[in-house]
Amino acid sequence: MEKHIRHFQEELEGLQTRLLEMGGLAEERVRSAVEGLVSRDVALIDRVLRGDEPINELHIEVDNRCFKLLALHQPMATDLRAIVAAVKINVDLERVGDLAVNIAEAARRYASHPPVKKLIDIPEMGDIAQAMLRDALDAFVRRDTRLAQHVLNEDDRLDDLKTQIFRELLTYMLQDPTTIEPALDLILISRHLERIGDHATNIAEDVIFMVSALDVRHQAPGQAES
Amino acid sequence: MATPPAPAVKLPALKPASRTGDHDPGQVKIAVDGLSFFYGEKRALHDISIRIHPNLVTAFIGPSGCGKSTFLRTLNRMNDIVPGARVEGKVRIDGDDIYADAVDPVALRRRVGMVFQKSNPFPKSIFENVAYGLRINGMARDRAELTGRVEESLRQAALWDEVKDRLHESALAMSGGQQQRLCIARALAVRPDILLMDEPASALDPIATQRIEELVYDLKKSYTIVIVTHNMQQAARVSDYTAFFWLGKLVEYDRTDKMFTAPAEKLTEDYVTGRFG
Repeated sequence: MEKHIRHFQEELEGLQTRLLEMGGLAEERVRSAVEGLVSRDVALIDRVLRGDEPINELHIEVDNRCFKLLALHQPMATDLRAIVAAVKINVDLERVGDLAVNIAEAARRYASHPPVKKLIDIPEMGDIAQAMLRDALDAFVRRDTRLAQHVLNEDDRLDDLKTQIFRELLTYMLQDPTTIEPALDLILISRHLERIGDHATNIAEDVIFMVSALDVRHQAPGQAES
Repeated sequence: MATPPAPAVKLPALKPASRTGDHDPGQVKIAVDGLSFFYGEKRALHDISIRIHPNLVTAFIGPSGCGKSTFLRTLNRMNDIVPGARVEGKVRIDGDDIYADAVDPVALRRRVGMVFQKSNPFPKSIFENVAYGLRINGMARDRAELTGRVEESLRQAALWDEVKDRLHESALAMSGGQQQRLCIARALAVRPDILLMDEPASALDPIATQRIEELVYDLKKSYTIVIVTHNMQQAARVSDYTAFFWLGKLVEYDRTDKMFTAPAEKLTEDYVTGRFG
């Protein structure tokens, strides 16, 4: 019995390590894509465009590990919730990796035009999205529902910035039609960053479910606090 | 009365609703209140209160010696025959106190049938095993009725098709899984409304186990079933409600899905995730 538990715990820790590795890669790719956009560094942008493979490999590996743990150990209660959460977090992290590629694609197009304006809000969105992702994963490792709740609360800031960016760029586009193409790319990028925040939110919700068995999805902000 | 030995680990404060199943507004088949059980000076069950619902399967789980089998046996007074055994508290079935002076334990056990861990067919034919209870209770008026009831019971136990051509062969020639289903048929023949099962599949291979589990699922349409099992996956698969016992106490009782995905008590959590001890 003892031995079986240690084995299962070991497997669970291995799974957690892989998810963290994946989270680190995803966060790094978001950071590089935004940095490439701001500094108009095409080489950096191209590295993001080409480098999705490691996350994709981890995506498959994590799925296989979860599948195996479910089949062979038939976990219950908190162990079951941890594996179900891992399956879902895995999907979210893979999507964040894809969104980093989408940001890089738009950044590459944007770099071929003269800059529309000095970028202030988009780098801020990037910082918030990365911090949310980092906090959500920290909350996962530390089983910290308070930190997870903090991630849920941060999501509103991203939504507000996205709306602000849209309004501001609209005025540029109305004044000067030549800015339409690059401005649309910036709007797309703000949308991708907002989506990354949504994935971090999903992860935070999964952490709360894993730790406390409370389902806080589709609730008004602040309601999840218990 | 001697004071029971203090448990090695302090029991957490329990919410009454999580122990009694009172949160379910449905009907109650068996109502147990403040039940304690003693083997001489030794207290094996402590103040158990639970509501068991009709036409559902309720599983009792817990480590060896936790009192789950003892508790099962208080529900049809099988412990009466244990020397020095004593019961406190109330067990009511459909509102009737089964420990009242006027209750005949034999009549009670007709109403509350039981199947044991080890199949125990009589060294008689398949037919006679099932007919036995009907005969001694005078429950069939003639041969035709007797034959009809035997067939009905064997069908209910999902055994008829396998044995209909060899009803008069010895029951001891059957496989272990068939013998256990024969014991179920024998219990069903006297038309009980509650079926108690004490580890009914623990001596069977996975295929025979699956047949018993499917049978349990079918039988709950007509019977209230209480099953004791060591196998948590089995409890999770077959039961609607699960009660977790520990050191003679009922720690938690709730819907089975809740017990195995998000139990309320830390002790239950530790037990179902295998972190016990």
